[in-house]
Amino acid sequence: MSNLEKYTNAFVEAFEVTPQDATNLKYQDIKAWDSVGHMGLVSALEDAFDIMMETEDIIDLSSFEKGKEILSDKYEIDFSK
Amino acid sequence: MWKLNEFKDNLAVITENGEKYTYAQLNAFCENLTSNIKERCLVFNLCRNEIGSLVGYVGFLNANIVPLMLKADLDDELLNECLNTYKPDYINVPSDMADRFTKFSKVFEGLNYTLLKTPFNHEFKLNEDLALLLTTSGSTGSPKLVRQSYKNIEANTKSIVEYLNLNETERAITTLPMNYTYGISIINTHLWVGASLILTEKGLMQKEFWTQLKDSNATSFGGVPYTYEMLYRLRFLRMDLPSLKYLTQAGGKLSPELHEKFAKWAIDNNKKFIVMYGQTEATARMSYLPAEKSLEKYGSMGIAIPGGKFSLIDVNGNEINQPNTIGELVYTGDNVTLGYAECGQDLQKGDERNGVLVTGDMAKFDEDGFFYIVGRKKRFLKIYGNRVNLDETERLIKTHFVEFDCACTGVDDSMKIFITDSNAKDEVISFISEKTGLNRQAFSVEFIKEIPKNEAGKTLYKHLEGLFVNV
Repeated sequence: MSNLEKYTNAFVEAFEVTPQDATNLKYQDIKAWDSVGHMGLVSALEDAFDIMMETEDIIDLSSFEKGKEILSDKYEIDFSK
Repeated sequence: MWKLNEFKDNLAVITENGEKYTYAQLNAFCENLTSNIKERCLVFNLCRNEIGSLVGYVGFLNANIVPLMLKADLDDELLNECLNTYKPDYINVPSDMADRFTKFSKVFEGLNYTLLKTPFNHEFKLNEDLALLLTTSGSTGSPKLVRQSYKNIEANTKSIVEYLNLNETERAITTLPMNYTYGISIINTHLWVGASLILTEKGLMQKEFWTQLKDSNATSFGGVPYTYEMLYRLRFLRMDLPSLKYLTQAGGKLSPELHEKFAKWAIDNNKKFIVMYGQTEATARMSYLPAEKSLEKYGSMGIAIPGGKFSLIDVNGNEINQPNTIGELVYTGDNVTLGYAECGQDLQKGDERNGVLVTGDMAKFDEDGFFYIVGRKKRFLKIYGNRVNLDETERLIKTHFVEFDCACTGVDDSMKIFITDSNAKDEVISFISEKTGLNRQAFSVEFIKEIPKNEAGKTLYKHLEGLFVNV
């Protein structure tokens, strides 16, 4: 599985959305992405990439796109692989 | 109710956009709104943590108008049920929602809220003591309400102000909804002493919340058990928040582990952590664990608030005087509310409890007189601080999915739903999460061939996995 697939999968798991819908999501766009859902998403991402996210990154993860940016800039996840 | 002009120049509100309003301004907003309503009547206030919603709440109480506080994002069907049951004269709603109510007419608009006139006119008589109506569960949409009096609100507010030792220098940031008794009690206590409220719709998982907390120099916030789990997860205990003086916790039993961790954090950082206990039926608060006992007595919900008294009764209704003996918790105090309303006619009812509330919670006290909640009598769970009745949830599912049987059990923050159709799991979770407005992670669905029942057809919950133990 590519890193992008793993990443998308975390959203699919946490919010029960399709991979297509996941790619445009922002915090609170859907009911499932509230503070409770956010915790689930963070856990799913941490498990998928075997990382521990910092507080500032957890609260900065406000959209699908933003999350990609954070993971590639700060956790060295290469989304071309 | 609120003596806003006593604190004229004090800062009353800081909004999410950073706008600041004094008590004199708040008072003027309230009068502008309520001058459109000629006499005492019933109003629905659809709440967000925004100035327009606050002005509704404060203004209605001050003008002797009775608000029912509902969350603005309440499921449409449930809102309609409340409208049809209680037939309010007006509703005060966020302006971005106003167009949905095509049959109501606009009366007034200000601060991004709109006051709408319904076709109803004094459909039900309102008891003269009745001040405020709140929902009991908020989420399963039972239109069963708690009736609170002016005296209830004043008594509870004064007690809380006393034990938290609040004064006008406080600045609470909202973390709880305004239609939720705990959220309201924070508003009440701060208005009572001329302190400030920082209103935000943002949550703990959003950067904007923390920026506002720091920029506005918030001195406190409150949270339900789940809030503390999130805070722990966010490594809150390592954050540097110099303005913050104290945190309160209510809305369900915090795990002793987290209670201990936050109590230690408070001591090490010269802050206060205050665990409390309450119910909407007691206006808000019944007990608190004094900050200085927080670590020594972690796991305890403390002692009765000033002006209140606890007792425990055994199955025969006799009072328990021995420490460490479990009984049902009974509370006595002026904050015990008038009673429930289940239909419009009930709004004229007077005080049905006479200051005594049988809580439905099972508790014990230790040798020093500190109380501990150990379980509850009724079949409900607290999910993210919200009371969710298991029988009502079952009813909702059975009514919607007539083709299979179901039974609900579980523990706080995690409901287990057993169904007899193996293909309907996802559908059930989506349905119940939608209806209750609670995140789907709170629900899990298990397939079972048949719901175990006794000869009388009653569900044997104890036979279901996980047993209904509620500690």
